[in-house]
Amino acid sequence: MSAPNFPPLIRYTAPIVALPASGIDTDQLFPARFMTTTSRAGLGELLFHDWRHDAAGAKTSHRLNRMPPGGPAILVAGANFGCGSSREHAVWALADFGARVVISSVIAEIFAGNAVRNGVLPIVVEEAVVQRLMACDGGDLTVDLEHQRLTTPGLEDMPFAVDGFARRCLMEGVDALSWLLGQAQDIDAFERDRRNGRGGGGGC
Amino acid sequence: MSARAPRTLFEKVWRNHQVRRASADAPAILYIDLHLVNEVTSPQAFSEIAERGLAVRRPDLTLATIDHAIPTLPPGLDGLRPFVSRAARDQVDRLQANAARHGIAFLGWDDPRRGIVHVIGPELGATQPGMTIVCGDSHTSTHGAFGALAFGIGTSEAAGVLASQCLPQRPPRQLLVDVQGVLPRHVTAKDLTLAIVGRLGASGGSGFAIEYGGQAIRALSMEERMTVCNMTIETGAKTGMIAPDETTLDYLRGRPLAPSASEWAEKSRRWLELRSDDDAVFDHRVTLDARGLAPMVTWGTTPDTAIAVDAIVPAPASADARRALDYMRLEAGRPIAGQPVDWVFLGSCTNGRLSDLRSAAEVLRRGGHIAPGVRMLVVPGSEQVRREAEAEGLDQLFLQAGAEWRLPGCSMCLGMNGDVTPPGQLVVSTSNRNFVGRQGPGARSILASPATAAACALAGAIADPRDYLERPAP
Repeated sequence: MSAPNFPPLIRYTAPIVALPASGIDTDQLFPARFMTTTSRAGLGELLFHDWRHDAAGAKTSHRLNRMPPGGPAILVAGANFGCGSSREHAVWALADFGARVVISSVIAEIFAGNAVRNGVLPIVVEEAVVQRLMACDGGDLTVDLEHQRLTTPGLEDMPFAVDGFARRCLMEGVDALSWLLGQAQDIDAFERDRRNGRGGGGGC
Repeated sequence: MSARAPRTLFEKVWRNHQVRRASADAPAILYIDLHLVNEVTSPQAFSEIAERGLAVRRPDLTLATIDHAIPTLPPGLDGLRPFVSRAARDQVDRLQANAARHGIAFLGWDDPRRGIVHVIGPELGATQPGMTIVCGDSHTSTHGAFGALAFGIGTSEAAGVLASQCLPQRPPRQLLVDVQGVLPRHVTAKDLTLAIVGRLGASGGSGFAIEYGGQAIRALSMEERMTVCNMTIETGAKTGMIAPDETTLDYLRGRPLAPSASEWAEKSRRWLELRSDDDAVFDHRVTLDARGLAPMVTWGTTPDTAIAVDAIVPAPASADARRALDYMRLEAGRPIAGQPVDWVFLGSCTNGRLSDLRSAAEVLRRGGHIAPGVRMLVVPGSEQVRREAEAEGLDQLFLQAGAEWRLPGCSMCLGMNGDVTPPGQLVVSTSNRNFVGRQGPGARSILASPATAAACALAGAIADPRDYLERPAP
């Protein structure tokens, strides 16, 4: 079984980076014109490129430009983070930038799935919790995935829910593709049943 | 004998493809009938399986084409296609090589079937009712118009589908969007989908699979249904589906990859069974009345900011809305009509089909020439759309009106290929997203139907297509 391309995530402590806007879409996270890359590595420089660079390409004073390369960081964002395009480049850039946790009251489904597969934990909490965390902007937050708790000085611990499989993949370093290939017997059986006219409908 | 549990259309298709059910600690595994592949989101997926020494399990259920970052201008005098960059050209070569290595059908430059992946799937009859269809592109929900379970996936997931033909998934909840009445004259499917997205909000569909039903939906053509399902993702929903009916069968009959005449009766009978049971349970229902709708445009930087073209720009209700109005340089309390327009983009997987081009042409026919200073790109969704449009003279009509007639591709929908709106300029676009900078850094996007886009091109400002369409045709 192959190992995933990320280290396990069990407890993670990093400064909160508050991004209060709602609907931060994947075009903001990773502008389309950079998707001509055929690589997944080294994309952190392009994360939020058009927020972090002016029209002439010079770096702006955006706070992300003042953060140490490679992180760590926890993004706490307005609702509907990661909406729009399915581009996994958004997550590759985020992971390379060094942010392994994203917290919002709504995280777009495709983005969340991409995140887990790249060792980034998407956490959905109520908007009130998001607001409380944003008020601690710049302060350290500890994400305890084992006990599913958020801890930051000055606030009571906050529980969070997470999909059981996502939790296992991140904590135990389960590689999703290897896991899927491990189900080959069931997949074979499904295809066999279909060929024999049993089960599985569809257009085929 | 116990009565069978009532099921939704989504649940029926899901169950037909469930290799394994979900459990508390593992997702369900879904079998995928059709995997569509483009040049931009696939290279890393092919690299991933190559690094692991894996084969493509079902190349016969995989279809590759080029659409996202390809030039829409023809080759130059040097015979070379004007790619935006070497990297964009390399991606096309890379996909062609990957497809050849794995025995995947590849619809490249010289293939008359080439086009935007969500236009050609239906056009070829590859998209069929009851299928599961995925693609590394969020607008895969388009294929739901056929009663297929279709949705966008990431590149890692695409690697998994290449290697296993399967996808781990958690079942979403069920949302019925019931559209009563019929659309008024000159109000289109794009106006309807903008109204639906506006009603649900940019995350209102989150966690749901949507089924569209009701009299207004049944009355739509297949191309119109595709427009509606296409923008489902703009609500955050997993997918949008419409139950197959006679309209679906009429569209599919005789298409190259549709069932042969000998299989047709059996297949079509099964397809018509793919509808939600009368007593199926939806977790949530939303009802809209089509009769009150007007041509729609967006005022903000998310697709859910849709208002009638004759409405005023609403007062901002949040800091996000204020920021959006600032970016768009629109003033609350003023009519959106009359706002000066610099560019018009007609095309995309939302509105790049023949009926969309015809709809825009109907308006242009009544208006003469587009306004001075406006640039209008017309980009057919596929080579087939291009051929059919040219056969009925639409290319000449667009050119004579002052628009540019381009080659098929995604073009200015996402501006990857160099077709962009310059900074600060306003584009009326028939595509699906008006995000900040989506159609070019600093570009200001207003989403609209093909008819409205054509009216805006003629007026050089946001305009109501009904003002043109109610004139007699010349």
